[in-house]
Amino acid sequence: MADTRRQEQTRRLLSLAAGRFANNRWMFGAGAAAVLGLASYAGAPKAPVFCALGFLVFAAFLAPNRPRGQRHAGQTAATDRGRLEGLSARSLAEAVGDPLIVFDRAGTAVHVNQAARSAFNATAPGLSLLMKFRAPEMQSAIERVRTGAVDNEVVDYTERVPIERVYRATVSAIGRGTGLNVVVFKDQSEARRIDRMRADFIANASHELRTPLASISGFVETLRGPARNDAVARDNFLQIMQNQTARMARLIDDLLSLSRLEMKPYLPPGATVDVRQVVESVIDSLAPLARESGVVVERNLGDQPLEARGDRDELFQVFENLLENACKYGQAGGRVVVSVEIAGGPAAEVAVTIRDFGPGIPEEHIPRVTERFYRVDVDNSRAQKGTGLGLAIVKHILTRHNGRLTIWSKPGEGAAFTVHLPAK
Amino acid sequence: MNTHIVRSYDEDLKYLGNRLAAMGGHAERMVDEAVLALVNADAGLARKVIADDLFLDETQREIDDKAIVLIAKRQPMADDLREVVGAIRISADLERVGDLGKNIAKRVVAVTEGRQPLSLFRGLQALAELALNQLKDVLDVYASRSVERLVFMRDRDEQIDLMYTSLFRELLTYMMEDPRNITSCTHLLFCAKNIERIGDHATNIAETVYYVVTGEQMPIDRPKEDKSHKVVLTGEDVG
Ligand SMILES: Nc1ncnc2c1ncn2[C@@H]1O[C@H](COP(=O)(O)OP(=O)(O)OP(=O)(O)O)[C@@H](O)[C@H]1O
Ligand SMILES: [Mg+2]
Repeated sequence: MADTRRQEQTRRLLSLAAGRFANNRWMFGAGAAAVLGLASYAGAPKAPVFCALGFLVFAAFLAPNRPRGQRHAGQTAATDRGRLEGLSARSLAEAVGDPLIVFDRAGTAVHVNQAARSAFNATAPGLSLLMKFRAPEMQSAIERVRTGAVDNEVVDYTERVPIERVYRATVSAIGRGTGLNVVVFKDQSEARRIDRMRADFIANASHELRTPLASISGFVETLRGPARNDAVARDNFLQIMQNQTARMARLIDDLLSLSRLEMKPYLPPGATVDVRQVVESVIDSLAPLARESGVVVERNLGDQPLEARGDRDELFQVFENLLENACKYGQAGGRVVVSVEIAGGPAAEVAVTIRDFGPGIPEEHIPRVTERFYRVDVDNSRAQKGTGLGLAIVKHILTRHNGRLTIWSKPGEGAAFTVHLPAK
Repeated sequence: MNTHIVRSYDEDLKYLGNRLAAMGGHAERMVDEAVLALVNADAGLARKVIADDLFLDETQREIDDKAIVLIAKRQPMADDLREVVGAIRISADLERVGDLGKNIAKRVVAVTEGRQPLSLFRGLQALAELALNQLKDVLDVYASRSVERLVFMRDRDEQIDLMYTSLFRELLTYMMEDPRNITSCTHLLFCAKNIERIGDHATNIAETVYYVVTGEQMPIDRPKEDKSHKVVLTGEDVG
């Protein structure tokens, strides 16, 4: 028993020595060669030479068992650690891309990072978290972590209005006994929205495509039956069918465009556009439609550029839809005025108004025209190949832009749609 | 007297605020779920909403009691008194919001017996989203104390009224078209009315919040415009 233990010990000692010698073999070899060379050259007595060799063996055995690269890495890690300790929690929180809020034992925000400020609309320090995040699950998670009942808790947090957002929120205590806690929000809206989009798309498409499809199949039946040999009726029916298929194609385009917009509720930050230039190009691109409808488009745009935060393509879509409506539904007025204005003050904004002089929109319909598929006069809109999605798209884009749409109308005098966008 | 729970005055106030926040969260959730239950004809969800109302009733009573004890014991002055009285008033409004939500939930079964056109529900949903947005915004302002945000609320209030009027007309048309629609459309009419009143309670809360924070009454409405008609659409995402 004792024997094996001693054996084991010597074996371990030997392997250690072997390891160290292997590591330092070059140094040891060079040292030994130098000593031996010196000894044979100078013909020195044997004793000091053996002493020197012994010392070398000893030194090689004691020298640290680490290659150079490793030692170097160790050193940098040490300096990095020093830098990390000097780092303020605040700058760390700012660097995190997800919304993050540090709060104290009373549930009051101590630090709110940039992502949280923009996601939750400026929640300054001093804010009571329980008051801001009122969803029952959030309440209990914050409560349990701040009172120390649990160290961390993960909950789903959903905001339904103004735009549906779904987060996975992790509430946890920071360190031990610091009295500080942190909540980090992970945005899960995308996944939820994809599901929702699928369901909505199918529901809307099937609902809205049913009517034109039914009418087309009715015409096909008539064409194969009673109207088989009636050339006039055939032409007429084919024309109607063509119109219907065109409308269906547009409907699908619009639905897809709306769904795509709903997929990304946030605007990519930082993008700015020259609103005046966007409006000009919309007017130019709709010139054929205006001519066809017998409408003169007057520009009241001034001449300096008007910067606003926003996405060019999306804003193009906004003004295109509004101008198109003005030409189609305000045709009777014969003219459309597009004007731009800047409102100063603390909330500087750019306001673009598209005014027509048509029949206007009856009062009771105004609040509802931005609903999907809502049409004031279904027959008229159908005749104009409308799908009832134009204003829904406009509104969605403006919501994303933090903008507003105001609708003014006086029966018989026309309608004015004004887009307000926060100025740059 | 409870000696081992000697809380500071600030803590007492904070406690009131937190209970109020919990009430707000529940009320928001109830309204949202009630309308969802209505649109999806989900009787199970409706039952849950009805059960949830108990929490609001209880918490309101608790806030009342606590607030009265606080006033009696600490005799708060000016700002603090406003804070406490404000809590009593807001909790009363939130409790009413809960009742209205519960009332919507109770109608779910009756409404789903008749088949109603999709567009009616869309309108109702749009109305509910306006009201919920209003409620969320005022409670957010209560949390952040940034009363300058309350100015937008007036516009939205008007918008809720208009939307309600429009829905009302639409429902009447359906009833006249087919008498078999009358029962369920009447229920829907009450639901719309309830939602409109939820918006009113949100406005009440806005006024209370303004008073609590500034010590002044909210400035009165500007005069209505002439016959022309104007609507502001913001924030809410009606789909
Ligand atoms: N300038 C206007 N004057 C009168 N009515 C309008 C005007 N703009 C819109 N409307 C009414 O609002 C309804 C909704 O408009 P929206 O643009 O959403 O749909 P649409 O024009 O029918 O279809 P789409 O734009 O998808 O082709 C229209 O059907 C029309 O009745
Ligand atoms: Mg249109």
